[in-house]
Amino acid sequence: MQTHFNSLSPLARAAVPDRSTPYAQDLVLWDETLPGGAHWSGLLRRGNTLRLIDVEGRANVSALFFNQEEKTERYNMPDTLKAQHTAHLTRGHALYSDMGRVLCSIPDDSCGWHDTVCGVIDADTVRQRYGEASYQQRRNDMHRNGQDGLLVELGKWGMDRRDLVANINFFSKAVADETGRLHFDTAHRAPGQHVDVRFEMNVLVILSAAPHPLDPATSYAPTPVHLTAWRSGTAGADDACRLHCPENGRGYINTERWFL
Amino acid sequence: MAATVESPLLPADAVIDEICLAGDPWAKVVKKGQTLRIVDIEGNQAVDTIFYSAADVGERYSLTHTIQAQGALYLTVGSVLMSSEARPMLTVTADTCGRHDTLGGACACESNTVRYALEKRYMHSCRDSFMLALARIDSGSESTAGIPRLTKRDVVSNINFFMNVPVTPEGKLTFEDGISAPGKYVEMRAEMDVVVLVSNCPQLNNPCNGYNPTPVRFLVWDPA
Repeated sequence: MQTHFNSLSPLARAAVPDRSTPYAQDLVLWDETLPGGAHWSGLLRRGNTLRLIDVEGRANVSALFFNQEEKTERYNMPDTLKAQHTAHLTRGHALYSDMGRVLCSIPDDSCGWHDTVCGVIDADTVRQRYGEASYQQRRNDMHRNGQDGLLVELGKWGMDRRDLVANINFFSKAVADETGRLHFDTAHRAPGQHVDVRFEMNVLVILSAAPHPLDPATSYAPTPVHLTAWRSGTAGADDACRLHCPENGRGYINTERWFL
Repeated sequence: MAATVESPLLPADAVIDEICLAGDPWAKVVKKGQTLRIVDIEGNQAVDTIFYSAADVGERYSLTHTIQAQGALYLTVGSVLMSSEARPMLTVTADTCGRHDTLGGACACESNTVRYALEKRYMHSCRDSFMLALARIDSGSESTAGIPRLTKRDVVSNINFFMNVPVTPEGKLTFEDGISAPGKYVEMRAEMDVVVLVSNCPQLNNPCNGYNPTPVRFLVWDPA
C-alpha cells in the first residue's frame, strides 16, 4: 500500500485548501522593480507568490532558493528535473529541494520555458564579451555579472560560494540538439511575459537580473524585471502543480509534513 | 554518438588499482598530471562523481561552468571538467563509452520518496554513500587520508559516468538504458590536485544501473 493524498489522516488533508487561488489585484502585498543587471534577495513566506514580469522582453533572472529554516536544504536542479522528466520549467512544475520537498512551484507562466542548466555569467565573461565598465567609470551603469550578484546576496544571509549551486534562469530558453549542443533562443522572450513562483515553504530567494551566459547579444543591455508579491495561499487539492504527475503529489505530502 | 578513443595506458603500470563495490563510496586524492581511469566492469553502472580542488575544497566541479565552457551537455573525449572558479580541473583523454551525463545528479532517500513511493525511503542511495564518505573523512579514517573536511553543503551536482540521460529538443529529460557495456572505461588527466568523491550507485528503481548495480574499478597512473 503506497501513501497518497487520499490515504493521509483527516488532519493532514484538512491542512490543504480545496482550491488554489488565482491572481487578483487586491491580493497584492508589495511591488518592486529590479533594474537590469541588479541583484536582490528576500524571504518569501509559505503561501505567498512572487510574480516576475519581463518588462521590456530581454530580461533574464538567475535564481536560487533555500529553506529559510534550514539553509543546507536548497533548490536541487537534478532532483527537480528527474522528478518531472523535464529539462526546462514552466506551468505545473515544482521546484524541489535536495530533501524531497517542494520549495516553490509554478502555477502560472506565459513564457513556456525557463532554463535550468546554463548557470550564471561571471565577471571575466562579462568583461570579454561586453568590455570593461567599472563603477569608477560608469557609476551605477557599471556592468554587473550574475555570479558576483548571487554571491553578494548569499553573503548577506551567511552563505557563500559553497551554496552557489546550479540556478534557474527565468525567461531564458536554450535548446539542446541531439549531440547535446545548446542553442539560445533569441525569439523566446517578449515584453510583458510573466511567471508566478508560489512558495510552499518559507524560502530565501536570491536573484540576479544579469544577462544569460549564452545570450548572443553583443552589447550589455539587461532589462528590468518587475516583482509583485501576492497572497496566494498554498497549493490547493485541485492544483495544477500538485496534480502534474504522481511524483509531485508525493513531493507535496513531504512538504506539507514539514508544517503539520 | 560521439567517437570513442582508447588509451595506451597499461593496468600493470598503475599506482592505484582498486575495486569499489556497488553501493560503496570511494574517495581519493589524484595529483596534477596523474590520469584516473574508471572502468565499468560489468556494464551499465552509474558512477556518481564530484571533484574538489585538493588545495581549496571551496573550488569544486561545476556542471554549469562545464556546460558553458563546452556549450554542450554531455561529456566525452576532449571535454574539460571546469571548476566553480572557471578553471580546468580534469580533461577527458580516453573514453570507450562515448557519452556521460551531467544533469542526472545523485539519488537520495528523499528524492526516491518523490520519484517512486514514500515507502522507498529506506533503500540505499548515493547521497547516503556521500554522507558516509564525508563522515569517514571527518573521523580521519586511513582510507581517506589527506582529504579536507567536507559537509552536506559541498555535495553539489555530480557527473554520472556511464549514464545516459538524453535531453530532447522539446526539453524532455529521459533516462535511457545504458550505452555502456562490460569493460568500457573513461579516463581523465588531472589539471590540478583533486579530491575524487564517488558513490557507486545503488539505485534499483530505474534503468541507470540496468537494475543490477555492479562493481567498478579505479586506476591511477603517474605522468609518463
